[in-house]
Amino acid sequence: MTIQTATTADKKSTIEVSQLNFYYGNFHGLKNINLNILEGKVTAFIGPSGCGKSTLLRTFNRMYDLYPGQRAEGKIVYAGKNILDAGQDLNMLRAKVGMVFQKPTPFPMSIYDNIAFGIRLYENLPKGEMDERVEWALNKAALWGEVKDKLNKSGLSLSGGQQQRLCIARGVAVKPEVLLLDEPTSALDPISTAKVEELIGELKKDYTIAIVTHNMQQAARCSDYTAYMYLGELVEFGETDQIFMNPARKETQDYITGRFG
Amino acid sequence: MKPDTQIELKAEMNPVYRRRLLQHRLGMVFSFLAMALGLIVLMWILLTLLSKGFNALNLGLLTQNTPSPGGTGGGLLNPIAGSLMMVGIATLISTPIGILAGIYLAEYGEDSKLAQVTRFVTDIMLSAPSIVIGLFVYAIYVANVGHFSGWAGTFAISLIAIPVVVRTTDNMLKLVPGSLREAAFSLGAPRWKVATMVRLRAVKAGVVTGVLLAVARISGETAPLLFTALNNQFFSTNMNRPIANLPVVINQFAMSPYDNWVSLAWGGALLITLSVLALNILSRTMFSQKVPG
Repeated sequence: MTIQTATTADKKSTIEVSQLNFYYGNFHGLKNINLNILEGKVTAFIGPSGCGKSTLLRTFNRMYDLYPGQRAEGKIVYAGKNILDAGQDLNMLRAKVGMVFQKPTPFPMSIYDNIAFGIRLYENLPKGEMDERVEWALNKAALWGEVKDKLNKSGLSLSGGQQQRLCIARGVAVKPEVLLLDEPTSALDPISTAKVEELIGELKKDYTIAIVTHNMQQAARCSDYTAYMYLGELVEFGETDQIFMNPARKETQDYITGRFG
Repeated sequence: MKPDTQIELKAEMNPVYRRRLLQHRLGMVFSFLAMALGLIVLMWILLTLLSKGFNALNLGLLTQNTPSPGGTGGGLLNPIAGSLMMVGIATLISTPIGILAGIYLAEYGEDSKLAQVTRFVTDIMLSAPSIVIGLFVYAIYVANVGHFSGWAGTFAISLIAIPVVVRTTDNMLKLVPGSLREAAFSLGAPRWKVATMVRLRAVKAGVVTGVLLAVARISGETAPLLFTALNNQFFSTNMNRPIANLPVVINQFAMSPYDNWVSLAWGGALLITLSVLALNILSRTMFSQKVPG
């Protein structure tokens, strides 16, 4: 029943989802999802609470695997492989598909170690190169200027907005290909939100980004493609301008204009 | 609002409010009385301990061994040394076992059958009378080796400390928000690193508090040592022989006919109480510095 208003077939996609079904125990959380996440683009997922947009995001790095009783069926092809296969190395997948959460989650260690933690999992860098990588990652997240003099302070000492950018820097530091952002600004004030949105615009030059948001303006401002979901189904997926200016389905129109949801 | 529909807010005029006020005052009086009762008994114990034990507090208490029956003076050097050795070694044994078991329960076991059974058994161990632990070690160790020893005492008090550390670690780790754990997993960190470097680290202060409380608990235990370490009237650091320790010496001296023995028992009791107090204050200040989350 999905209407795809954009022809995504001719563009290069990073993640291809086909016939994806997701279950929380007996509850059917995602119903037959088909969509492509395009390389180097920002794809936004919108929809009312409980529609399955976060659930969908959490299948891309198989975060749901932490919880017994949650399972996915179907196909999610990334780098030529179905990542839902039992043999998938989860640690390597998560190194390539990074994630930033709703609430900032700095680790209880110094700002420097927050960034270095992820890098040390995969690379054995000498001190000098590690310093450079930490600076590079903090620069990517537009945080370097604010923290360069207090790298040894606890990550918890930063403000909420800074903590969230620290988490983005931490995700970027391991050099992933995809960044999943799960309502990254819903716990932030407007100024921090603006900074993070600006950052998303910068990051999409190097990464493929998928973002879940409750903020319609945010989806309109920073995404290239938008998917509208409702009750576990993908209702409409297409170019953001198209979805917001001229949606093909009435349900999408109602949600976007605030008549529903 | 019109005057005739207005609720009368003057206390003496409104019966519902008057009753509520009365209930409030009664509740306050009773809870204050209960608090005062508890506090008075506690203060009584502490003051008695201070007044009777204070005279025994002198340098001799820390430098001389326990006196022989009928002898004069004397101190508590041998039981202090024995207690420190046994409590110290028991802490070294129970801390790693307790923390690792706690990590297993919180990170790996979660709600599996094995974890549920382990938690249940740990809770039983927590509330088991310590004399049972003493008898257990007597039956499986002392009776087989043929003599009392410091190792048997250490083993017995370790068994008391382990469940305390296991449960605090388990409970503390569960306080760590799931999002922090997910964030560590989302970087591709293996499970043991998530558990130790992120989760355990977040509640470090709480876990150390648990260890300190376990130390406080075992430093006053008497019953398990009666059947295991027994006592030794001479200075000894041989863990394979009976060894002196404060709780058993207090137990023995307090009931003796010699005045200097009784005085030493009070001194020893004060010493244990003060060190447990110090441990509690230490753990409280540590915990207040870092709230998990």
